[in-house]
Amino acid sequence: MECQECEKRSATLHFTQVINGHKTEVHLCEYCAQEKGYMNNGEHNFSLHSLLSGLFNFDSAPSLSGSQSTSYNPKNSLQCEKCEMTYHEFTKTGKFGCANCYTTFNEHLHPIFRRVHSGNTKHDGKIPKRAGDAIHLRKTINEHKVKLKELIQNEEFEEAAKARDQIRELEKKLRNDRDGDS
Amino acid sequence: MSLQNFINEAISPWLKEEGDDSDIVLSSRIRLARNFMDIPFSIVAEEDDLQNVLDVFEDNFKHQSFGTYQDFELVRMAELEPVEKRVLVEKHLISPNLAENNSTGAVLISQNEQVSVMINEEDHIRIQLYYPGFQLENALEHASTFDDWLEEKINYAFDENRGYLTSCPTNVGTGMRASVMMHLPALVITQQMNRIVPAINQLGLVVRGIYGEGSEALGNIFQISNQITLGKSEKDIVEDLKSVVQQLIEQERNARNRILNDSGIELEDKVFRSYGVLAHSRIIQSKEASKCLSDVRLGIDLGLIQNVSNTILNELMVLTQPGFLQQYAKKILSPEERDVRRATLIRERLNLEKE
Repeated sequence: MECQECEKRSATLHFTQVINGHKTEVHLCEYCAQEKGYMNNGEHNFSLHSLLSGLFNFDSAPSLSGSQSTSYNPKNSLQCEKCEMTYHEFTKTGKFGCANCYTTFNEHLHPIFRRVHSGNTKHDGKIPKRAGDAIHLRKTINEHKVKLKELIQNEEFEEAAKARDQIRELEKKLRNDRDGDS
Repeated sequence: MSLQNFINEAISPWLKEEGDDSDIVLSSRIRLARNFMDIPFSIVAEEDDLQNVLDVFEDNFKHQSFGTYQDFELVRMAELEPVEKRVLVEKHLISPNLAENNSTGAVLISQNEQVSVMINEEDHIRIQLYYPGFQLENALEHASTFDDWLEEKINYAFDENRGYLTSCPTNVGTGMRASVMMHLPALVITQQMNRIVPAINQLGLVVRGIYGEGSEALGNIFQISNQITLGKSEKDIVEDLKSVVQQLIEQERNARNRILNDSGIELEDKVFRSYGVLAHSRIIQSKEASKCLSDVRLGIDLGLIQNVSNTILNELMVLTQPGFLQQYAKKILSPEERDVRRATLIRERLNLEKE
């Protein structure tokens, strides 16, 4: 069957419209269907996010009285004081409103992150230079502590003593930095 | 404008360089999502908030340079014609999403187009950095130092436990999406992709078509990227992606050799038929054009076709997109007119090779 619009390409899409009980059939190729607006550009309609927001609701109790019941759920009334996004809105859009939302909704986020990031809930990557000075220090200290344990296990006590001193040094620096801030 | 000049302007300078394994990996990309700490994310922000984001870039980064990235240009979406935006999308410098933000959307682009920073997309900042061929580590290293440079002037939304905070939970943590664009014709011909894609998905990686989410793998070009951004370091994510890409390169090479040995004449026939279509057709749709371009590129890589440069696939895949065709024609074209223009442009481009 050829496309009834361009009469060149073969029709691959077949639409049936019923308007006031009157039925019409339209046979178009993909090209003309796009042109005539029969097809939606996928991006705007069915995105990953709409799929995701479906996932977010998985832990809400099965509703007894239809969709209304969601408003009884206390966590849905949680609201971010900075951007005023509610938890309910967040589960609907699948997007946070601001950095503070992460704090406000914190205790409900674990299951969501676990689903989206294969079980992971804690960041293990880059720390910004300027914003993360203290975090950097704490991270280095932890790394040194792991090293220290290893050294002790391997009975390399001389090296271990060095590592211990380094840790003390770093901890002192961390304390000083903190005092400097306040 | 002559075609040669048009091509020179149309193809990003970085893409003209050769990278590792560039017979199979066309490009490597690192994308980092970042937000301002004290400004609401784009989804709920007022226009004033987002204007502030834009002002920071206007005041601190416009016409600045960082390392090899010279003289950043700041382009506002509001200043662009629809066709111009489409061209930027086709060059992968902006997303279709950003193109729609006409009030505060903007993009910061380095002269060589290797770095682009989308401003006020879903996140306030989305850094994209490209390298030709298979160079994920280089891309990561440079994206990270570039990110540090931006951080000197911007207070990022960051949390010790959650990492870089993003509007969508799918990006939180590293905020990083690492991806490679691969030309895998032999795996498609031997019908191995159907088997490979699900396996790759199980490793926390995603396979998509050339223009991102939901797009078709036109011209046998696949984009492979990480899905997980939380709980793994940037380096580990890149390592994981790298090892999968390496395996794919090997499998593609094996498949190419196998086809060449088992059915060399059939392959040669396929390749030259496609060359014939490109060299002589008067009307060609983008789907057919991409298929033929893929065949011809395969022919070049296997030494079946000589005297045609191997950049032809990368070039014409971009140039024959609707936006570019209309920019070259300097007017809006109907789909039918585009098909005619596309055929003409491809013929002209192949003729350039003969000169």
